[in-house]
Order: sequence, then C-alpha cells, then structure tokens
Amino acid sequence: MKNRTFLVFVGPSLFLMFLFIAGPLMSVAWQSVHITRAVYEEVETELCTPGFLTQKCTMEIRTQPQLDENGRQISETVFVGFESYKNLLQPQVAFENIKEGSWAKLSNINFFKALRFTLTFTLITLPLVLGIGLLVALTVNQVIQSLRGPIIFISLLPFVITPVIGALSFRWLFVGDGILTALLEWWLERDIAMFAQGWTIEVLMLSYRVWHVAPFAFIVFYAGLQTVNRDTLESAIVDGATRWQRLKLVILPHLSPLILFVSIIHLMDSYRVFEEVIGFRSQAHVISLQWLTYNFLTLDETGNRMISRASASSMLTMIGIVFLLLFPLRSTWREHQKRRSG
Amino acid sequence: MKKFLTIVVTLTAFVAAPMMSFAACDYRPSSKVSLLANSFAAWKAVSDAMGECGNFEAELDAEFRKKQPDAFAANPSLYQLGGVSNGTIQPLLSAGTIRPLDDLVAKYGKDLQPNQLIRINGQVMAIAMMVNNQHLMYREDIFKSLGLEVPTTYFELLSAADKVAASGQVQYALGGTYKAGWNLAEEFVNMYIGMGGDFFDGSKPNLNNAMGVRTLEMMRNLTHYMDPEYLVADSTYVQQQFQQGKIAMAVLWATRAAAMDDAKESQVVGKVKMAAAPSPVSGALPASTLWWDGVVLAKNMTDQQADEAFQLLMEGIDREMVTSNNDAAVWLINGYKPGPVAMGAAETAENGALPYPNGVEMGLMHTALGNNVADFLTGKETAEQTLIDIEAEYTTAAKEKGLL
Repeated sequence: MKNRTFLVFVGPSLFLMFLFIAGPLMSVAWQSVHITRAVYEEVETELCTPGFLTQKCTMEIRTQPQLDENGRQISETVFVGFESYKNLLQPQVAFENIKEGSWAKLSNINFFKALRFTLTFTLITLPLVLGIGLLVALTVNQVIQSLRGPIIFISLLPFVITPVIGALSFRWLFVGDGILTALLEWWLERDIAMFAQGWTIEVLMLSYRVWHVAPFAFIVFYAGLQTVNRDTLESAIVDGATRWQRLKLVILPHLSPLILFVSIIHLMDSYRVFEEVIGFRSQAHVISLQWLTYNFLTLDETGNRMISRASASSMLTMIGIVFLLLFPLRSTWREHQKRRSG
Repeated sequence: MKKFLTIVVTLTAFVAAPMMSFAACDYRPSSKVSLLANSFAAWKAVSDAMGECGNFEAELDAEFRKKQPDAFAANPSLYQLGGVSNGTIQPLLSAGTIRPLDDLVAKYGKDLQPNQLIRINGQVMAIAMMVNNQHLMYREDIFKSLGLEVPTTYFELLSAADKVAASGQVQYALGGTYKAGWNLAEEFVNMYIGMGGDFFDGSKPNLNNAMGVRTLEMMRNLTHYMDPEYLVADSTYVQQQFQQGKIAMAVLWATRAAAMDDAKESQVVGKVKMAAAPSPVSGALPASTLWWDGVVLAKNMTDQQADEAFQLLMEGIDREMVTSNNDAAVWLINGYKPGPVAMGAAETAENGALPYPNGVEMGLMHTALGNNVADFLTGKETAEQTLIDIEAEYTTAAKEKGLL
C-alpha cells in the first residue's frame, strides 16, 4: 500500500484517538501537577440548629470560601509539581518501611495497599481465565454438533451480565445468611461470615472476575479451534501422538496468538478492577487503584474533592498498565522480527 | 346485587381517590418544579404531599449529596428545590448556589414555626422540617425476660449486650452502622464528641489523644457483639437486622424507628422501644449528634419560579401532611404530636447532644476517619497508629485545600 493511501485510511481514526485519548490524557497529566482550590477566609458566623422547642444558636469562627460580587466562589490554580504524586506515594515513609521489610506498615499507605491487591488480582485471574476458557473451548469442541449452540449460549451468559449487577448478585448470595453461605454453613456445620475478613472477600472477588471473563476467553479460543489444521491433527494421530501431545504440539502453538490477545485484553481490564470493590463493598479490607482514584473524586460532606491527587493516581494506573503490557508486547515484537528475518 | 354494589363502590373509590387527593392541594405551579433529596420515609411523605398538587417531580436518592452541588451550580439549576441536612447544606452555601428566603417566608410562610427558619448570619437560608439524631433502640421483650435495665452509658450497654448474647435469644446482641466510609466515620464522630473531644485546634487536627484512643477502643468492644460482617452494615442493613429479629439493640437514626412497627416488613412489631442515646461514661454527653433536614431553593432560577416552588413547598410541609405521617419523623412542623417513637430522640437532645460540627475542615476529617478507622477494628493497626494516620491524611488534604 502506498504511504498516502495508508494515511488517508488511518487519518480519521488517528484524529479521533488524539481527540478522545491523547487529549484527555494530557489534561489529566496537567491536572496532576496543578491544584485548584477555593480561597478561604475566616468569618465569624451565627449558626442556628433547631432543637425540639427552640433553636440553639452559637457564634463560631468558620472557614469559608470567599465569593466574588456575583456570588461565585473565587478559586485559584497553582502549579505544585509532583506534590500530589508525593502525597499519594509518600516515598519517604514507604522507603523506610521497605528497608524495615515491614509489609504491614507499607500497606498502611493506601496506594501500596491498592497496588498489592490490583497486582495479585490481575496476576491470579489471568492464568485461571486462560485455563478455564481453554478447557471449556476444548470440551465444547468435543460435544456433538446439535448441542453446541445451546451450550455456547449458556456459557456466554456470565459475560453478558453488567459487571456491577453481577458483583451485587454474588454479594447477595453470600452476605449475612445468603443462600450459599447458609449452604456452606450447613455443609461444614460451622458459622461462616464471608464478609468479615479480607481474604474471603478477595477469594469471592477473584472467583467473580474469573466467572465473568472466562466466557470471553472461551469464545475466542473456540473460534481458534475451528481453524486448526485437520491434516496436521490426523497425521499426528497416525504418528501415534497422545491426546496431550496433540494439544501441546499442535493445538496450543496454533492458538498462541489468540492466547496472547486474550492475555493483553485481560491485563488491561483487570488492572482497572473497580466494579468488584463497589459491588462487594470491600473498601474496609481491600481497595484497588481505580477505586482509589474514584474515592479522591467523590464529593465529601462539605463538597470537597481531590482532583489533583485523583489525576496523579490515574496517571500512575496508566503507567502501571503500560509496564504490565511491556512483557507480552515484547514477546510479540520478537516473534514478528523472527518471522520477518526468517 | 351485593356483588354489584361492591364493584360500584370499589370503582367509585378508584375514580374518586385521585380526585380527593387533588382536592387536598389547592395550589398548582405553572411550570414544573423538581426536588432532589435523600431517600427515607420523611422525604417520601413530603414529596408525596407535593406530588398531589401536580406538576411536580421528586428524585429521592441516598447518594443525593454527590449530585446536589453540581446540579445546583448549573444555570438554570437542574432542581428548584433541594433536600438538605445541616451537613449537606454546607457545599451549597460555600458555592453560593442557594437563595435567601426572607421575602418568601414573609409572603407565604405564616404557618411556619420560628424554629423551622434556619438563619445563617441573619438570613433565612433553609426551611427545616424535621430533626434527627441517633438514639438507642432495643427489644423490650428481651430486656424484660432478662430483667435488664435500659442502659444509659456505654458501660451498661456492654454489660447488657453480654447478657443478651449469653441468653441466645437473638443471633447478635448489637447492631451498628459500621459500613466503612461515611457511616463508620459518623460513629466515630458521635463517640468522640460524647467523650467531650474536640476535632480541631484551629484548623489543625486534634485527635491523637487519650480520648481518641478510648473512642476507638469502645468501638472495637462494641463490634465483638455485632454481626462479624459489620464493616458492610449501613442504616438499612441494621434496620433490616432489627426487623428480622436478628439483633436486640442498636444506636440508630431516629428516622429508622417507625419502620420497626411497619407490619409489612417487620417481624418485631411493637417489641422495639426507643430510649436516649447512651453516653460513653456517666455524666458525659450522649454519643449522638443533632441533625436537621430541610429544604433549600436554588439561586439559579427566575423569581417567578422561586415563588411557585416555595408555595408548593408550603403545601408539602403543611399540617395535613404531618397528621397523616405523624410517626415518620420527629417533625418541626405545626400539628406534630410527639409519639412514643419520638421519645428517644427527644431525650437524646435534652441530654445535651451537640449538633454535627459541620464545616470545610470537618468534611476532610470525616473522609479521613472513614478511610482509616476500619484498620484498627480489623486489628491491622494499633489505636495510636490509626490516629496518626487519620491526622496525617487530614493534614495532607487540608494543605492541598490551602487551609493549613
């Protein structure tokens, strides 16, 4: 293809990517090094609270944002450099704790607590999603033709459910005396509280994500299985290859680009784990990086939000994803180079 | 014939009911008026009463505090009326998005009690309709069967909880709104204020002291008698635990009291009684804070709209609404007869419970508390370390906001 033709085809999508991805990204980067805040003044104010019969009034010195003549808040934007990143990471405290080797103390800093969970979540669900997806795909591929349609339909259902709704349903099955907790209690003959400690919630969150995403891996692998070269498989059988050898030497190499594809998508998605924290109300025990950003953006009782730290936290989340993706992408790149030279 | 009559009567009732309810309201605004407020029984009663007038739309949402500041800052404002409490009025006041109501009160507010006019620096900025605080709710039948006195201090409450737990009459002796975040922080605020603590020294945090430690320790002692999943329990969760007969005591919002006798939901009708919120130690203040709920009018609308919205509001919070919803809240409105359900809340206030100490600093402090108190309760950190963390998180936020 000529360069010109290529540019004409790619141009519109490059433009949109710039508008909707690069633009917002730059704005977030800008916000993470600036702070916008109201200008406060101290005012002596009379405040009244209704009692049961009369009001209680008190004079207080209160901190209030200044308003301009139109009654709008006066705000100022100041450049703060990496202050927000520093507040988020608390490098000095973190460094001391790492030197002491005290994980408990390091996890006291919200960012590291969130990072720990996000990473374990991502890295544990990845092999499970790939493994279960592949297993289901192989199984369905063995089932007689007439049953495949309904089975595929049913296996895809978890992926269709809206994540927050799915997480909530999972929670309701287990919270308090939910059906499944009651069943477990009856079976093990002991009292169980799934939401009383961090690790059980974490197990629930992991299983929920695997249940939710495995169908995606399955459908991609199942499609891949349809294109496996029959001749190669048959000659392998003639050569006396066992089922396992056929899987390892013929099927998996054929599927490897798809495995890489599913892995990359899954890494990106699960590093941004968020719905599970909301759905399972896990914030007392485990939080994720995306939730941390959300928490900074949430208005508090008096209308404050921490936009600068939220932006810093998003930037760090993005850097984390890029870092994670480096490994699979590097291997693709090598493969690509090999094919070119070979 | 008898059957025919029944049908006729039923049909007439169906047709007449909406007409009658329209008759209950003699005002209809010319343009649509909408309200954004919290979601509990009292707001439902008020918005239903306004709905009878027609041309009105209510959005009742427990997450209203996250929507309100931005919705009111829009021009024209997305809602004409806003339901607020003494906490949530703060961001609207700071942003200057609500209007003074003195002229409207003079024009249409003849039925309002002086107690209902919330004045800030002399100007009426909100019309209060009810007061709210946390009070003690307990199962009278269980207390009687065990011969227990109603606790007035947390020491007595713990020993009562111990006996209730030992008797095995309920699954858990205590309930508490300990959901990590806003709820948990509110529990800390109540207890710390009850101890006589002061959150600030100027704008500097002032938590890391003996009272802070005792507050945390008391909270942990209470959790031993609660459902182990207490960190996900919000007000509705505790209310349901009560209604399903799973708990025997809780210090809970007064707005939740009426639900105990709602036969449609509750299995403990008539068994739950209300009393004053206990104090941390005898002679101290009750571990509870006073709140009011009321209505504000957006600044960003025409005076004509404000005039109509205010008249509609007067229909919503009139004597008629209170008479038909007497026990839904502790109303401030003329015509309210305090029932047995209100006794606990009234006593709590008489015992000197303080208003929630709202303000810009307190907003930051509340968030810091909500994010950190759970670490102590789950045993991840010592009380001292938890308090240091809370102060550090507050300080970071306050510096960012330019308060320190």
